[in-house]
Amino acid sequence: MTTPGRGGAAPAPAVLDLEDLGLDRGGHLLVERALAGLAPGERLAVSGRAPELAVHLRAWCRNQGHTLVDHPAPGSISGDEPGPPPAAAVTNGDRVEAWIVRGTAADDRWRGAQRTGAADPVRPGAVAETAASTWGVAARGALVEAGSPAFPFPLDHRSMVWTDDAPRYYRQAAAAQWDPATAVPWETPVDLPAEVEAAVIQVMTYLVENEQAALAVPARFLGRVHPHFREVVQVLAVQIADEARHVEVFTRRATLKGAELGRSSAGGQASLLTLLEEPDFALAHFLLSVLGEGTFLALLSFIERHAPDPVTAAVARLALADEARHVAFGMAHLGAVVTSDPGQRARLAAAIHRRHDALASTVGLNADVVDALVVLAAGSFTPRAVAEGFTRVQALEAEMADGRRRRLTRLGFSPGEAGALSALHTRNFM
Amino acid sequence: MATDGVLVMGAVAYDPKVVTIWEGFKDWFAGKGLGFDYVLYSNYDALVEALVAGQLDVAWNSPLAWVRAERLSRSGGGAVRAVAMRDTDCDLTSVVVVRSDGPVTQVEDLRGRRVGVGAVDSPQATLIPLSHLRSMGLAAGVDFDVVGHEIGVGKHGDHVGGEREAARALLDGRVDAACMIDGNHLLFSHEGTLAPGSTRILTQTPTYDHCNFTVGASAPGPLVERFTGLLLSMSYDDPEVRPLLDLEGLKAWRPGRTSGYGALALAVEEQGVYDDAGGLVRLP
Repeated sequence: MTTPGRGGAAPAPAVLDLEDLGLDRGGHLLVERALAGLAPGERLAVSGRAPELAVHLRAWCRNQGHTLVDHPAPGSISGDEPGPPPAAAVTNGDRVEAWIVRGTAADDRWRGAQRTGAADPVRPGAVAETAASTWGVAARGALVEAGSPAFPFPLDHRSMVWTDDAPRYYRQAAAAQWDPATAVPWETPVDLPAEVEAAVIQVMTYLVENEQAALAVPARFLGRVHPHFREVVQVLAVQIADEARHVEVFTRRATLKGAELGRSSAGGQASLLTLLEEPDFALAHFLLSVLGEGTFLALLSFIERHAPDPVTAAVARLALADEARHVAFGMAHLGAVVTSDPGQRARLAAAIHRRHDALASTVGLNADVVDALVVLAAGSFTPRAVAEGFTRVQALEAEMADGRRRRLTRLGFSPGEAGALSALHTRNFM
Repeated sequence: MATDGVLVMGAVAYDPKVVTIWEGFKDWFAGKGLGFDYVLYSNYDALVEALVAGQLDVAWNSPLAWVRAERLSRSGGGAVRAVAMRDTDCDLTSVVVVRSDGPVTQVEDLRGRRVGVGAVDSPQATLIPLSHLRSMGLAAGVDFDVVGHEIGVGKHGDHVGGEREAARALLDGRVDAACMIDGNHLLFSHEGTLAPGSTRILTQTPTYDHCNFTVGASAPGPLVERFTGLLLSMSYDDPEVRPLLDLEGLKAWRPGRTSGYGALALAVEEQGVYDDAGGLVRLP
């Protein structure tokens, strides 16, 4: 296409030669491109050798809201004013020549469209304070047509979900994915005393139900976070996939020797139910990732250190690396929440109290699990070994509480508050 | 027909989306203060008869339905009017298409061959193209055989299936030529029914017009004026209106005109579709 210079009195029309390309083979793309450079009402002269070009141009223009106007005379396509002859497209030898007057429909469609921030979260204004429901599932930074349907994404305020660290955590999470089939030395012989194997199975049974809760909690919110906050959605999605793998490898370790799974206690499940019942995203993220998964860091590290076999050590180590990332993201999110509104700390504290009260009438703990941890850490049933295992589990519980206190302090709670709140955490660990 | 200030329009349900379209228009008209309701018919003849009988105020008429409504009304001493039409209803053409590698290179070559058309009552895929061929010296059923594709008979070719079947018959060798609206030749190429380059346009009809809103003689003037004014005010840059226009296949409504139905009226005469008074002669 050429657009002759605009100097002088009457601007010459743009000219497009389609050569032998017809509209039935994509020629409309060239026509659209040429028309895009014109204002509504301006003319485009089109010529070409495709046999059906005249017929198809007429039909296409009618459908697109452009007008095919009368052509002056064969052979004069190069810039003359349109004139009165009756044919809207004429044939000059084997060449079709036609005039198109650009319509307004393309502009009309995009009037009032909104640019939704920018894809790069670092750019100023990239992430909106509030994402409109009518932005829907459009890519952040896309131009969204007015009149697009409203999507029910209730977590649509930046302050509810966003942290500037989310893109970094997503990159880390995506890079750290591992394959359950190859990351664990499944072929290594495992031949433990029956009591120790049973303890491992009980611990794995407990881990599976905790990981299923840790999968269900972000899954409940995933579809409610506005996709404008793309990196948060991505982190949560990978987190869910992480938990899915954890469920797989813990199950596979538990059934490695073909035995039945262990026990699931009512008290343990009651504790996990309170996590799923928390309706507020920030509070659920706080209870799950900062307190629950934070506590699990110490637990998984303990299992890895004292694992009686390399398979158990490997599944604990792999899960630990993922959970550390979940905790870090939770801390970043909650840190952003309390930084933007320090009053949110009182809500976090209240959530701990509520959960504690809800669990007050339950055992809140699967005693079999604690016993199994002792046996796992003991490695045998001699009095000396059991005593050692017991001491190690006591140290573990102290380490867990210490971790919770440190994280609460980093979120701005005083040492006294952090200690008191840590002590209210569920006895079920997660 | 209008009762309690409600304008009643009739339309033919040629596709399930028709309900979506008119529910949308009904809501939009209501928002503008116009009481509007619609009645759906399974065929245009019943629609036209209801309009002329005063059971409807307005009919969303096919061009053939307009021709019949005009004749029926005139014979009864009344007069119907076309008040609005789509921009995409103006200046259509139909084409007669042959296989690129086939023996037919000019219209005269169709003599003794088979010409595939759409439904028997399709203006664009049957009536007008056959009349066009007649104007070029070839009479349907005399100089060539007509092979109909009766999908959606009674719906005046609104259902594109008849044209698509004619196009497939052409590719399969069951017919030597196929008739279709110009835009459908492009559509069938894009969707793959006709591979690009596999067919050639043998001849193209002069321009003609398609559907219009036909107002019955007894329709209340102020309501019709409001209805027409609102239609013409619908703007494609209005996000509330645009989905309705997209569904109905237009960018803007135009004032109704009746100058574009001559070719169809001639075809109706030639092919004996209706008598002068709009009585059914040939069509079911």
